Amino acid sequence: MITLNVNGETHDLEVDPTTPLLWVIREQIGLIGTKFGCGIAQCGACTIHLNGAPIRSCVTPVQAADGQQITTIEGVAGDAELHPVQQAWIDEQVPQCGYCQSGQVMSAVALLDANPSPSDNEIDAAMSGNICRCGTYPRIRRGIKRAALAIAAAPEDQETING
Amino acid sequence: MGKWTRRAFVSAGVLAGGVVVFGVAVRPGNRASKVRDLIANSEESVFNVWLKISPDNSVTAIVPHAEMGQGVHTTLAMMLADELDADWNQVKFIEAPAVSEFANYALGKGFVAGDIDFPEFLVDTVDGFFLTVMKAMDMQITGGSSSVPMTGQFGMRVAGAATRAVLLEAAAESWGVPSHELVASKGLIMHAGSSREATFAEFAPRAAELDLPVKPHLKSPHEFTIMGTDVQRFDVPAKVDGSARFGIDAAPPGMKYATVKASPVFGTHIKSIDESSVQDMPGLRKVINLGDAVAIVADGYWQAKKALDRLHVEFETGDSDSVEQSDIFNRFVADMDAATAGRDEIIDLETGDTESALDRSSKIIEAEYRVPYLSHAPMEPMNCTAWMHDGLCEIWTGTQNPLGFAAEVAASLEMDVEDVRLHNAYLGGGFGRRAFPDYTIQAARIAAEVPYPVKLIWSREEDMRHDHYRQASVSRFRAGLDSDGNPTAWINQYVDKHDPKEAPYPPYGIENQYIHYAESATHVPWGFWRSVDHSLHAFFTESFIDELAFSADKDPYQYRHDLLSNAPRFQRVLDLAAEKAGWDASLPDNWGRGIAVHKSFGTIVAQVVEVEIVDGRVFPRRAICAVDAGYAMHPDGMKAQMESGIIYGLTAALYSNISIRRGAVAQSNFHDYEMLRMDESPEIETYIINSGEKVGGAGEPGTPAIAPALVNAIFNATGKRIRELPVKLHDLTDGNLESKDVV
Repeated sequence: MITLNVNGETHDLEVDPTTPLLWVIREQIGLIGTKFGCGIAQCGACTIHLNGAPIRSCVTPVQAADGQQITTIEGVAGDAELHPVQQAWIDEQVPQCGYCQSGQVMSAVALLDANPSPSDNEIDAAMSGNICRCGTYPRIRRGIKRAALAIAAAPEDQETING
Repeated sequence: MGKWTRRAFVSAGVLAGGVVVFGVAVRPGNRASKVRDLIANSEESVFNVWLKISPDNSVTAIVPHAEMGQGVHTTLAMMLADELDADWNQVKFIEAPAVSEFANYALGKGFVAGDIDFPEFLVDTVDGFFLTVMKAMDMQITGGSSSVPMTGQFGMRVAGAATRAVLLEAAAESWGVPSHELVASKGLIMHAGSSREATFAEFAPRAAELDLPVKPHLKSPHEFTIMGTDVQRFDVPAKVDGSARFGIDAAPPGMKYATVKASPVFGTHIKSIDESSVQDMPGLRKVINLGDAVAIVADGYWQAKKALDRLHVEFETGDSDSVEQSDIFNRFVADMDAATAGRDEIIDLETGDTESALDRSSKIIEAEYRVPYLSHAPMEPMNCTAWMHDGLCEIWTGTQNPLGFAAEVAASLEMDVEDVRLHNAYLGGGFGRRAFPDYTIQAARIAAEVPYPVKLIWSREEDMRHDHYRQASVSRFRAGLDSDGNPTAWINQYVDKHDPKEAPYPPYGIENQYIHYAESATHVPWGFWRSVDHSLHAFFTESFIDELAFSADKDPYQYRHDLLSNAPRFQRVLDLAAEKAGWDASLPDNWGRGIAVHKSFGTIVAQVVEVEIVDGRVFPRRAICAVDAGYAMHPDGMKAQMESGIIYGLTAALYSNISIRRGAVAQSNFHDYEMLRMDESPEIETYIINSGEKVGGAGEPGTPAIAPALVNAIFNATGKRIRELPVKLHDLTDGNLESKDVV
């Protein structure tokens, strides 16, 4: 029996403990916003937060998350309607096909949680694990900067979101 | 219902005329019931297959194109709504279902014929011809950058304008006033003289009984209220919160999972499967021999994948087992030589007399270029969910060609196509890959073996090794320059021609041209890849023209500009890119700047790339793009497509290399088929020219010119001319100019 806490809800699961977290989240828990892209931690489409840090769920065995806090794209806004990163993604019209964007948003949120005003180089370093075949990188960069400004302007909201 | 007539549909309140005029394949014998699902309640009126007006005055655009990130649902709805004078806040869309009423004949015409303008007197004949062809092919394709130029211009705008005309006619009749005194705006019809105002919905039922005008008046750009603006895309909100549903997200009740391994060497089959090797694996349901592939069905994807990895499978041997990539290139060259020696060249374009022009030339320049096979590698691996039940085959997938896929599934399972129900979803990238139905046929065949729905997911490795690849090719040039360094003769021979026909033709004023090709069959399956043949020929022609400029000791931008004196539209685009780039501004050491211009799918694109070379590694730092698509319906969407085409093209030019080893694809995943990432992504500036010329596409034209602009920039920075892609094959740590190909 493995216990996962996903977006604040507890799930007790009978599952092969070596199964990658990605497939447990998609198939057992039914949260399908997290995507399968490569299966070898090369593309970032499956990015989720484990105890607030970004991980590639396609290579993380479910047993490694037993009893710990998981956040997926469905839970990243917390009680708010949208996280500032998601709002910035809409304002900058970032997504094209959209398939990689759950992972992009999760990486960007983790970056801003750790570093509220990242430089271009810091954005590059945090985001280069996430591939986008539609080439939305310039807009992602703008979206992160816009979200950083929004978070700086409303620090109390930020606390609510991460609380 | 008896034999289908246009009036019968109108009176049934299901379909009206406009669409027939524009040739969507409506065949006698089709029943209205198939489109009846689109009507939410009996009070709604459908004017034609492209729009409906509801009692609450909302307008729904019914768009026969797949959304794969290009914003097509929004842009097409804009075109319809603007001509209709609808209120944009009340416009919705649904993707047209895979039924033959939506077959996409206008696209077929555009794709097959390129951007040829037909003489007016021929139009009816040509339309008739293409209608027949498209009916036969069951096409409903999103591709060829056709959505806006074809469906949008010929379908959506005309449907909107024709519907507006009958709404006004119905209002005029009801109010007893001349229709020319009426004004339509934001979903309302107004008559100033009698101070009356009513919604479209009020007149919709009566308007549906009127004959739609065959050639309604279309707006001029200065009358546009929605086209040309940056409205937010319909699909974006669902793509930031994880709620967008892609093919891989389908979940019919009781679904199980499958994955496959196809015979690694294309064209070979399975010899034997040892099922005992997996018999005790947990969750395993079934092992299925599909002939050229083996499928495993299990309770979850991971269980299926683990079982497949352990399964002992033996594949038959075949003639292609020993083929290496070098063999393929050697055969290309041999077949080119043989075609020349035997004078059985296939002529692509011949103007003037190149031989005597070469004899008179002051200088002859030769060069040979190569490009590799390319995989599409969309972020969403191929997948399809299928369920056989109640005599039906139900399909959930993401496809660029829903109707064609349904027809292929029906043929494969020997079913009536009416019994295949295909539900299209968002595409996690298409780029041409999702025009090929192999994965959907596999899923249907697996589903035919089990009593529950099955979701087939290809591993990334399967996706990369069983793609339909952009062709590898070799292209040779020979040019004669006059004493001023201008080309007077242009001879080009290459391997393997697909579409569009004009891809290899240079835009420059060169009097004598001889372009020909050789065929050289391989066992590697071919597929449409973003911009199709333009993706290689722009690299060839725009690299070679750069070499000619260098030989002539001229600035590569100025050289192009002067050779385009009879092509002012090209010249304007080129000039704008050079101006915005600051072409003459100096660059730091180890930086270089390159330019290229190319027309594809009716759109001219010029791009300037600035690169920095750091320890032999190429970083594209800045890309400047000028684009003339006639008119940008959604300027921000046009910019997004240019950005996308640039990153896609830069990725291929720098890294992408599918190579054949022992008959199979050597690469398998993103570690050996590398992608451009955020840290290598240039700043991109896009500048739009609305020339008012015929509207062209956006999804593909951003890709072709970027590879030559990049290698021209590398040449500018290092003096090294890259004639074989990808760039990663070349050692750039030593920047010595090698002029071996300059005669």
